[in-house]
Amino acid sequence: MSIALTAPPPSRMRLGIRTGLIIAVLLLAALPILNLLPRDSAFHVSDFIVSVTGKWICYAVLALSLDLAWGYAGILSLGHGAFFALGGYAMGMHLMRLIGPRGAYGHPVLPDFMVFLGYTELPWFWHGFQSFPYAMLMVMLVPGALALVVGFLAFRSRITGVYLSILTQAMTYALMLAFFRNDMGFGGNNGFTDFKELLGMPLGTPSARAVLFYASLVLLVGSMLLCAALTRTKYGRVLTAIRDAESRARFLGYDTTRHKLFAFVLSAMLAGLAGALYVPQVGIINPGEFSPGNSIEAVIWVAVGGRGTLVGALLGAFSVNALKTWLTSAAPDLWLFALGGLFVAVTLFLPRGLIGLFDRVKKGRGA
Amino acid sequence: MRLLLVLLLLLAPLTGRAQDAFSDALPGLGGGFAQQAEAADRLGALGDPRAVPILRALSDGRLLKRPDGTLLIREGDRVTEVATGAAADPAGAEPLRINNRVRQALRGALGRLSLVSPDPAERLAAAEAVFRSRSVENIPLLEAALARESLGRVRERLELALAASRMASPDEAAKRAGIAALGETSSAEARGILLEARATNPALAGEIDAAIASIDRRLTIRRAFETLFQGLSLGSVLLLAALGLAVTFGVMGVINMAHGEFVMLGAYTTFVMQEALRDIPGLASWSLPLSVPAAFLVAAACGAALERGLIRHLYGRPLETLLLTFGVGMMIQQAVRLGFGAQNREVSSPPWMQGTLELPLGVMVTQNRLWILVFSLAVLALTVAAIRFTRFGLEMRAVTQNRRIASAMGIRTGRVDALTFAFGSGIAGIAGVALSQIDNVSPNLGTGYIIDSFMVVVFGGVGSLAGTLVGAMTLGVVNKMLEPFAGVVLAKVFVLVAIMVFIQRRPRGLFALKGRAAEQ
Repeated sequence: MSIALTAPPPSRMRLGIRTGLIIAVLLLAALPILNLLPRDSAFHVSDFIVSVTGKWICYAVLALSLDLAWGYAGILSLGHGAFFALGGYAMGMHLMRLIGPRGAYGHPVLPDFMVFLGYTELPWFWHGFQSFPYAMLMVMLVPGALALVVGFLAFRSRITGVYLSILTQAMTYALMLAFFRNDMGFGGNNGFTDFKELLGMPLGTPSARAVLFYASLVLLVGSMLLCAALTRTKYGRVLTAIRDAESRARFLGYDTTRHKLFAFVLSAMLAGLAGALYVPQVGIINPGEFSPGNSIEAVIWVAVGGRGTLVGALLGAFSVNALKTWLTSAAPDLWLFALGGLFVAVTLFLPRGLIGLFDRVKKGRGA
Repeated sequence: MRLLLVLLLLLAPLTGRAQDAFSDALPGLGGGFAQQAEAADRLGALGDPRAVPILRALSDGRLLKRPDGTLLIREGDRVTEVATGAAADPAGAEPLRINNRVRQALRGALGRLSLVSPDPAERLAAAEAVFRSRSVENIPLLEAALARESLGRVRERLELALAASRMASPDEAAKRAGIAALGETSSAEARGILLEARATNPALAGEIDAAIASIDRRLTIRRAFETLFQGLSLGSVLLLAALGLAVTFGVMGVINMAHGEFVMLGAYTTFVMQEALRDIPGLASWSLPLSVPAAFLVAAACGAALERGLIRHLYGRPLETLLLTFGVGMMIQQAVRLGFGAQNREVSSPPWMQGTLELPLGVMVTQNRLWILVFSLAVLALTVAAIRFTRFGLEMRAVTQNRRIASAMGIRTGRVDALTFAFGSGIAGIAGVALSQIDNVSPNLGTGYIIDSFMVVVFGGVGSLAGTLVGAMTLGVVNKMLEPFAGVVLAKVFVLVAIMVFIQRRPRGLFALKGRAAEQ
């Protein structure tokens, strides 16, 4: 598979993208402040908008991580939702431990669902999660380790293309089945919910919402800068070369397995971080997050925006999710038709996504 | 002729005596309570089926006695004489009354007599009851019943009951015979009786242990066969679901994520056929067999439309095809959900597919699973035949091997592509007919099978139908073998992990294509 990427865009256009991004980030950053304005003010932004946008920012980070793997390394992962969910579960475990004796059953250590299922002591893998730094470490390490193992096995035996996609889909499917089980120690199909606090601040208050919102925004900007810098290094160039002609890159002496593995693991860690910030904002995590449909929805965000551009991933994540939020309340029956239609339209008519469309329009005007 | 006469002469005293004992016991039913109970006991012990309606009549208060002592039986409006069966005048007759003791004797006698009832189900139930009571007194009765029993499954229960009753006897030899007979069976109940007896009969411990071991051996074999059958049954379902994929993905290289939705369309076609033919006499019972071609046509038409309309534009771009077909699948699913509703639809099984079949060794097999196993193999055979022996199959193979040369030879490759895709989709539709018999017909029926089917194709080797067969059956059997140890879900997870590891060793599957075709 090869996409004829245009040469690096002219500096004027890049400047345009950069200005656009900065304006977008500033606009986003203003949302929680506008939320504090009095309710009757013309600039007041509702709680709903803030919390929904906070969610979208997490989705945008997931899309960004997927773009790194798919757009630059050519790894079409249909299981990125699994990394997102694993990060979310690690954060969920921290939040569950912080509930402490305030649960419905009032057990000093065990979360409610464990008391309910008749556990007498904490399973070994739950130790340490009361500490925030440890939980943050796990948020990145667990998805990273899974990506390392799966990626190593897959890339070493040169599984590429659709085979790799199916494999990653099977991975998230298997994890979903496993997390649905009660005796896994992750709360079965109810997952985790009823969180109380994070870092000493009670969840669900406007200030907590604002803090989480800014944390997500910082993560988004940080990962955007990281990915943009990374793809411009020599490493990034080699990665693109591998995407376009893997055998050729291998014959030129590059260790393609290691290059791809690094990108895949980094991407999984970013997805994990996105999941970790997503969970306290929505207040629940359950095995449904592992469902293959979620992962493939993330793929369509990237495809709609335009893969291999990073900006496209952000654009796609925000626009598709805005459409979803609007349509699922306006005409819930139509949402799946719209999503399916997006898949068809993007693959047939917009192979380079919205970004490609802008480019075409711009070029047409310039000529 | 003379021989017959001699036989008759020999038999005469026998029948005569039985006649006498039966007739002798009858008047007792008209006597006092003690006499009645005694007569009921005697009739029960005789094992003569003629006694059943009489005893029932007595227990229901329908047995009358005329002042002259003749017993009459009332059946609705008809009254007949008990001894002769001739119609009689009930004038002056009084219904016989009974007390609790008589009632108890009647219940016992009727229970024993149902061992010789003309209704096999009743005999089976009686054998079951006697087996549970395990009383020494039943031994002669059971022996008598066994002597006249001809039905295999009733004999089996009777023998089990006889052996169990013998175990209760104080006589050592009878016990030994009982143990030996129980050891011959392969029932968990017999094992329970032997275990119980082992505690109270230390002298017979050796024989009992041997008998238990022999039962265990047979039970293990039976369980192994049952697991094997369940595995093959699951494998046949996987085979059906994966076969169409083996054609579209394996032969054409087109990845069709809407495959599961074609399976679902096939199941809904079955439902529509059932509803459409419901009121047409003669056709209603044929709705399932007729659904097979109907589902093939519906799914094949959708497949052809999908290929000509959309997929054609994306050849050589498998990842885009994957996303596109996923989107199409999503839309099909939502369309069906809006059209038929989200709830499950009921597709009934024809009578010849219901119930269970008992194979030798007591292996129980559900009929519909067996039919699906046979059906899946038949579909496989037809698919292989279509690819091997038809003009269409020849052109399909030619296009797969070298599209441009095939085109130069005058094959219309576009048409072959469309037909191949329609063929693969049609097989998915057929799979839906079979799945409607064992799974819920709901809009997301196909979703559960798509990943498993891809696993089967990848595991078996892309492009090889033999690989698909072996892959499906292996995955099915391994899954069912793991289930007792790991549970349903973990078994599935293990299988998925095992496939991931297996692909490490053989990235091209079990039956890898060799040569140029494998280089893609």
